[in-house]
Amino acid sequence: MLQIQNVSKSYSGHQALTDVSFNVPEGGIYGLLGPNGAGKTTLIRIINHITAPDTGQILFDGHSLTQNDVVNIGYLPEERGLYKKMKVGEQALFFARLKGMSKNDALSELKKWFEKFEISDWWNKKVEELSKGMAQKIQFIVTVLHNPRLLIFDEPFSGFDPINANLLKEEMLKLRDNGTTIIFSTHNMNSVETLCDNITLINKSRNILSGNVDEIRREQGAGRIALSFKGNENKLLDAIGTDVISYDVVVPDKNVTDGITNLVLKLKPDVSFQEIISLANNIVELESFSRALPSMDEIFINAVKSANQNE
Amino acid sequence: MNNLGLIIQREYLERVRKKSFIVTTLLMPVFMIILMGAPAAIMLLNTPEHNKIGIVDNSGVVLQHLQSNEIYEFIPITGNPQDKVDEGEIDGYIIIPSDIGKTSSPVLTLYMNNAIPLDLQSSLSSQINNIIENDKLLTYNIQNLPEIMDAVKTNVRINEVRLDKDEGESLASNLSFLIGMFMSFLLYMFLIMYGQMVMTSIIEEKNNRVLELVVSSVNPNQLMFGKITGIGLVAITQIIIWGVIMAFVSTLLMPAILPDDVLYQVSQMRSGSLDMAQVDNYDTLNAISMLTNVGFIIQLFLWLILFLVGGFLLYAAMFAAVGSAVDNIQDASQLQSFILIPIIIALIVSVSIGNAPNSALAVWLSMIPFTSPMVMMSRIPAGIELWQPWVSAIILYASFIFMVWFAGKIYRIGIFMYGKKPNVKDLIKWARYK
Repeated sequence: MLQIQNVSKSYSGHQALTDVSFNVPEGGIYGLLGPNGAGKTTLIRIINHITAPDTGQILFDGHSLTQNDVVNIGYLPEERGLYKKMKVGEQALFFARLKGMSKNDALSELKKWFEKFEISDWWNKKVEELSKGMAQKIQFIVTVLHNPRLLIFDEPFSGFDPINANLLKEEMLKLRDNGTTIIFSTHNMNSVETLCDNITLINKSRNILSGNVDEIRREQGAGRIALSFKGNENKLLDAIGTDVISYDVVVPDKNVTDGITNLVLKLKPDVSFQEIISLANNIVELESFSRALPSMDEIFINAVKSANQNE
Repeated sequence: MNNLGLIIQREYLERVRKKSFIVTTLLMPVFMIILMGAPAAIMLLNTPEHNKIGIVDNSGVVLQHLQSNEIYEFIPITGNPQDKVDEGEIDGYIIIPSDIGKTSSPVLTLYMNNAIPLDLQSSLSSQINNIIENDKLLTYNIQNLPEIMDAVKTNVRINEVRLDKDEGESLASNLSFLIGMFMSFLLYMFLIMYGQMVMTSIIEEKNNRVLELVVSSVNPNQLMFGKITGIGLVAITQIIIWGVIMAFVSTLLMPAILPDDVLYQVSQMRSGSLDMAQVDNYDTLNAISMLTNVGFIIQLFLWLILFLVGGFLLYAAMFAAVGSAVDNIQDASQLQSFILIPIIIALIVSVSIGNAPNSALAVWLSMIPFTSPMVMMSRIPAGIELWQPWVSAIILYASFIFMVWFAGKIYRIGIFMYGKKPNVKDLIKWARYK
């Protein structure tokens, strides 16, 4: 649905994006990850046709993105903002009509959403009279009202309380199930694991990791094994270390509860699971073993670290 | 409705619905009516009160020839004149000595209960002089004396004609100067007030981050132009309401409050049949004639709107560029001064060229777009060649198109720049970005 092709952009000497390419497939949720200042917001602005790339192009449905395509896009910016002195209903109507809706369509859609969120009595209030959370709800409605085919959420969960964040998550899933393509940028890796089908990780203006979340986790998890056992872990580690097998203890995952030690090992590529299990079986009392998929957190941190080291 | 229309509509409605807009729009004409009504009011107030002057005529010659008019009534009195003044029967008195005809330069004393009106003294002394002179002439027994006197009688009046003006005959030069000043001040006020409105509104949008949402639907240039247009329409609305109120006042209210004889003189003046010798308040009449001349007012008004719109668009584009570049109004002050300086220069020039609307400085500054709206408006009432305002307007509108294009280039970059306070160099650099 959306193809980002060799996009570069610089601002007054600062390189915001360098040769970024990836494809966003139709349907599903696409995560745009990266540390602060990596260039995510710049990329999102380019996708929204707010700014133009210096080089490269964006294809929307196979054609070059134009101003006419923005009616098919809904955008929730990271920094939320509405006209403070404008009445809620009037304002929502204004933004809906900017997205090409007729007045009547916008009114009937708005009624539905206001009833759904139980906020019909806010219609004539000014935005400055609303709390931050209330304004966020309005902003969400404004974003999705015109039934866009592509939704872009920039840090959607920041500033929402847990209840509203959950409401937002549910709405996002509903929209996805209805066939809407969603791009969202976030720092919250938990939400990436539960929501995203695909991701792109941008670091220092470059795309350093792109692909399907499950595949990435499987790839990055290759050779990782989680062991739970009763017994002396040092003895085990010595045995593994001195023997044919090399290891890495993934320290954060090493902990002991009820006398059971949990250990995540990263094996060298030429070492098989069977070898390690049969070796361990002789030294400790194995409770369970499994392939250890890395969390998105780890993937994020490792990818950024190794990218920074390579420079 | 397309997006530009929606933006214009939002900007416009947001402002005209404000209470402050409604209040200023309605109160300002009241202020202007007071200003305009002043000449008429002064004229009405100036009608002097009726004064009764007691004459104690010991010569027996003067009193019978003294002519009263509607202001001074000369009445003969006997007895103690001071008592009559105290009783309020008369406002003052003069005692004419019996030997008045025998001394060459007699000194009389006029006693008045209140301040002595300036013209009373001179009219009384000239009347008495005439009477005594006539009386003396009679003693020479000249034949046909009354006929001779009538034949030699002359009445010289002096009218004022300005030579430093091309049109020459304009007695109303002071008034046209005032009207020009007034309009150029009005423009000054509108350019700054509404220009800054554009700027602060952009800063506000930038600050509460609604801008990003808007530009995800509308292209930034459309947003900027829509905002300028919307606010410009507010300015036009305000000035049209003022114009309608003023036109209403000048056509309906002025005739109603002005005395009939003044109106008659005004209509005579317009048709050219007014005998200049009979009026001594020519300038006031001319002022009233100008202010009640609907055609003249409408013509001025149309020029005003033409230059207001052009000037506003030009300056608003610059204010928009500045507004987009900064984060708050404090930061704007430095960049803003680059815009305010030409406006202030234009105002100063408009005031100083008032007496020489066709000087080289005036002509040039009324063509250069930054100063042209105000300087031209101060020249137009003085009556200049018609091609000049048209050429000036064409230059103004052409430079506005250039300025909007240029400001748009700064704007689309500026609205995403937060944190640092830019200078003019930065703005020019932004304008050069792809």
